[in-house]
Formats: sequence, structure tokens, C-alpha cells
Amino acid sequence: MSRSTVSSRQSPVSRRRPVARLIALACFLALAALKASPQAQPTGASRIISLVPALTEMVFAMGAGDKVVAVSSYDDYPPQVVSLPKVGALIDPDVERIITLRPDLVLLYGSQADLMTQLSRASIPYFEYRHGGLADVTTTIRALGLRTGHASQAEAIASEIARRLSGLRERTALLKKPRTMLVFGRESGSLRNIYASGGRGFLHDILETAGGVNVFARVQAESVEASSEMVLARAPEVIIEIRSVDIPEGPPRASELATWNRLAGVPAVRAGRVHLLTGRSISVPGPRVAESAEQVAALLHPGLR
Amino acid sequence: MSTRVGSLPAQRLPESRTVRRRLVRVMPLFGLVTAVVLLVAPTLGSTAISLSRVFDLSIPWADNIDAQIFFVARLPRVLAGALVGSTLAAAGVVMQALLRNPLATPFTLGVSAAAALGAMTAIAMHLDSTPVGAAAVPAACFAGAMVGTALVYFLATRAGGGLSTGVLLLAGVTLNTLFSALITFVQYLVDAADWYRTARWLLGNLDVSSFTPILASIPLIVLSFGLFALLPRTLNLLTLGEDVASARGVDVGRAQRIAFLSASLATGAAVSLAGPIGFIGIVVPHLVRLLVGSDHRIVLPAATLFGAAFLVCCDLIARSVMAPIELPVGIVTAIIGGPLFLWLLVRKA
Repeated sequence: MSRSTVSSRQSPVSRRRPVARLIALACFLALAALKASPQAQPTGASRIISLVPALTEMVFAMGAGDKVVAVSSYDDYPPQVVSLPKVGALIDPDVERIITLRPDLVLLYGSQADLMTQLSRASIPYFEYRHGGLADVTTTIRALGLRTGHASQAEAIASEIARRLSGLRERTALLKKPRTMLVFGRESGSLRNIYASGGRGFLHDILETAGGVNVFARVQAESVEASSEMVLARAPEVIIEIRSVDIPEGPPRASELATWNRLAGVPAVRAGRVHLLTGRSISVPGPRVAESAEQVAALLHPGLR
Repeated sequence: MSTRVGSLPAQRLPESRTVRRRLVRVMPLFGLVTAVVLLVAPTLGSTAISLSRVFDLSIPWADNIDAQIFFVARLPRVLAGALVGSTLAAAGVVMQALLRNPLATPFTLGVSAAAALGAMTAIAMHLDSTPVGAAAVPAACFAGAMVGTALVYFLATRAGGGLSTGVLLLAGVTLNTLFSALITFVQYLVDAADWYRTARWLLGNLDVSSFTPILASIPLIVLSFGLFALLPRTLNLLTLGEDVASARGVDVGRAQRIAFLSASLATGAAVSLAGPIGFIGIVVPHLVRLLVGSDHRIVLPAATLFGAAFLVCCDLIARSVMAPIELPVGIVTAIIGGPLFLWLLVRKA
């Protein structure tokens, strides 16, 4: 008796199954077609939205700036982007605005999976960017050049960057490489929450290219939280501090640097080799990396060139 | 029930002479453990230092890295850990007695969330880049704690009469949720670098890097411990119920006000110094109760000492176990304190 009840319950389901399978297949095919569309897109783009400041700089550098219709909320370079619409950034992309602006190419982070799905559904092609080392900058420029139809300009920029970087490597190759700590975060006016570059990522690469030895080279991470003890123990000969906001010359800058005097035993502090490098450019792995590396090199090797 | 209440003075609350005798027996042990931890902790860490070099005055200060690691990097840190640990543990004891709830912590009533909101706002507004300097974030944090305390207090006393523990708990927990939401809101508005700072701040950090923040917090902590000292006998009666306490001649309203305000002051001071370090305020009081019983005349001083030792040990682990990568101390207190507390809970049940 129980068996008959079960079979009578099952039968409508089994009758529906072929239909369900067909629907599932249709959905899958439709999704697959949508998924495939970004790849199927021919090169060249006329309405670009960039959610990655580094990529925005690259697009402008290769002469495709007039095609950019919107940028991320963190973009501030080149100056032309200031007047462009802002459509969110890494964690808060404004999908509605992005779609409304009818882009034919969206430059985004490889981790923005939700956004990629949404763009695929809207048949909007995208270009994935992943954070990497210094070598990835030129690779990305070339790939982006191909994608936007500016391959030759991109190639020119990329090889110019590569030329300047290898020139720098050559010039610093035989110099004594100072042990350096590259700090990119610290509580203002104190030595709390010091963040320094670890042995991975483009800041570390910039430091090595510029002829320095990273005191945290062995740490396989992009950033290291350096306690006072760690700074004293690693004894860097040069400390370079990156600040995205500008600090005026004179007393404000001097007092900011004087905070380090608390760690009087650190060679960099004793030798007066603690430097502030202000401005957004150095923290952006974009077309200005060669310039950044040269700036760092000038601090590490004052007599260079 | 009434017979038990009637026999209370003799049974549940031993005479002060008996308590004094137990204190004399128990406190030296806690004192010894804490003293050993405080003396040993600064000598250990990710870098090996030689104590003879540390105290060798013939080496110029600037050349003596060992001494700098000891005095500049470790000593402030150990002191901050001891202060924050004992303050949060004592505040936890007071909160649990006041709310008659074993799950209460110094952070239950929203004071720490309000403090954190103050700190978040200061970070978001870059107040530490103004002439106020490095003191801006702790100051804003403490101001936040005081505003939160005032709000909870105002709500809990508004119902008429004295301070209502029920309203206190509800208002506190609600404000805690509200402030946490506002913290998330502020975090969402700031840009990436500041977001990281706010997130890091919320994990707690004892690497204060100088004695100044410690000195600034000491008067507040001393004041709250002065108020705590008035409480133990009253807390014993309060845990038995407001009616019992009042029948035994306790001015319940006044006692609750002192307990709430002193615990809030202590929490505000501790959070301003090192951020909201969790689990100390709940694990330490329970561990201590397990060891010495539930008489607050013993629990409060014992938790004060044990809290210091516990947090300093957790911070020692945080700064050395994964060196050169340092763990936020709040993660260590939670990883050690959480399972320890659950084990106690299961064992007791």
C-alpha cells in the first residue's frame, strides 16, 4: 500500500522530468552563450568604464582617454578623469549606472565575480585585472592595448617602461644596496600600526629594481605589520615612507619624520635617512611605475646618474 | 526560600575576618603568577635580546639595540597589556554582578561600540593629521565611550525611580547594535586605506609604541578602580537580587549607578588605549570564580591580577608565535579564551 502511494506521488514528477531537463539545458546554453560573449567580442572599444585606477592611467597613456566614459571613485589621475562620472569601485560598483552608461568594455578586478556575472547577463564585455608584481604592469599594458585596439601605442609605452626599469637595474647593479624598509601605512604622529612592504608585490619589486634590499624580503606577503620591535630588530639603513596625501614641506613634514626618532637605534634614523614620498602615483601600479622606481632609487642612491 | 534568605549572612556571606584570611591565602598566589608573567614577558619576543646588554649603561643608548627593544618596544607593550587586561577583567566582574548575567561583558552595554564609533569617526575624518596629532583617535574613542555611557544611563534611569537593570540591559544591547551598525556605515564610507585602519583598530593592538598613551589612561583607570573598591560587598548582595540587597540595607540604586559608571569608565579607558580586545572581560572572571569561588571580595582583586597576566601572555603569543608576522592580540584572546570558556561551560553543566 505504501508502495502504491509512493509511485502515485512520483509519477507526475517523472512525467515532468524531460521538460525540466529541456529547460535546464536551454538555461545552460543561454548562460554558456552569455559567458562566451566577452571572449567573442572583437578588439577595440569606444565606450570604456574603468574601475581600476592603474588601468585608467594605462588607457589614457595609450591615447584612448577620449573613450573613457566613467571611472572608479578612487580615480584622480590624469586630471581629465576628475570630471568623469564615478561608478563605485572594488567593493561597491554601481551596476545600474555602469549598465546605463552603455559601455562596450568594463575594466574591473578579477575578484569582482558578482559584477562579472551581472555584466555577462547584460552582454557587456569586460577586462579582468589581477594585482601582481612589477612585471605584470607591462604585461597588462600590452593586453589592454590589444583589447582596446591601441596595440602599437601600448607596445611603445610598455617597452619604454621596460627600458627605463632595466636601465635603472643596470645603474644600481654594482652599487651597495642599502637594507630598506618601505612603509606604506602608519598612524600619523606615532609608530603604531606600521605597514611595510613584504617580499611580494610591485612595491617590493620597485624597491629591488631601485637598488635596495627589502628588510622584509623573506616574508611571503605583500604587507607586514611591523611592530617597534620588528623595526629595531631588522635595523633598516633607509626608511622610505609612502603617503598618498601630500604633507607640506617645513614643520609638518619635519615633525612627521621626527616621530621615528623614538627608535634611535635604527641605522636609518641615526643617519637621517628616513624619507617621505608623497602623492598617489607610487601606490598605483600603472604607467608611472618607472618614474616611481627612479624616485625611490634617487633616495637610496643620492649620487645616482 | 525565605529561610535561606534569613540564614544568608551566616551561610552565603562569610564574615570579613574569614574573607580576610582567604584573601591572605589566595592573593599572594595570584600576585606571584602575575609578577612572574610581567617580569618574564618583556624578556621574550621575536628577537633574542641579552638582559646583561639591556642594563649595560656603558653602551650608549643609541647603540644599544637590546635596550631599545626592551624599553621602547616591549615594556610599554607589556604595561599596556597589564593595564588593559586587569581593567577589562575587573569591569567584566562588575558587569556580570550588576546585570546578574554570567554572559555579560564590559562590551555588553554598548560602551565599547560607542568608543569604537568615536575612534572610527576620528580615523575617517583624519583628525590625527590635524594639530591634535596622535592623541586624536584615543581622545575621540574615550569621548565616544562617555557619550555611549551617558545615553545608556539616561535611558535606564528615565523609566522613573532608580536605575532599572532590565532597561539598562535592553537599552545597552540595542545601542550596542545601533553603534555597530554606525561603525559599519562609517567603514563603508571611508576609502580603502582608511578602511584598513578602521578594521585593524577593531582587532585591538597593544603595541602602543610609547609611554604617553599609557600615562594618559592611568588616571582614568585609577579612578575606576577606586570606585570598584567600594563595590565588592554590595555586588555580593546584588547578585542575590535587588530585594535581598535592599533588605540588607544596601542603597541599591546608588550601588548600581556606581557599578555601571565605574565599569563604563574603565571600559572606555581600556578601549581607548588598546582598542576593543574581546574575551578578557568574560573568560578571566569565570576562570577566577572557578578557582576562588564567587565572593566578589576575592573575585574582584583576583580577576584584576589574573586579567593582567592573561592578556600579557596572549600578547606574548601574538607578537612571537608567527614572527615576523604579528597576530592581532584580539584574535589570540578569542582563540585561547573562546575554547577555554566553552570547556568551562560544558564542565560546569
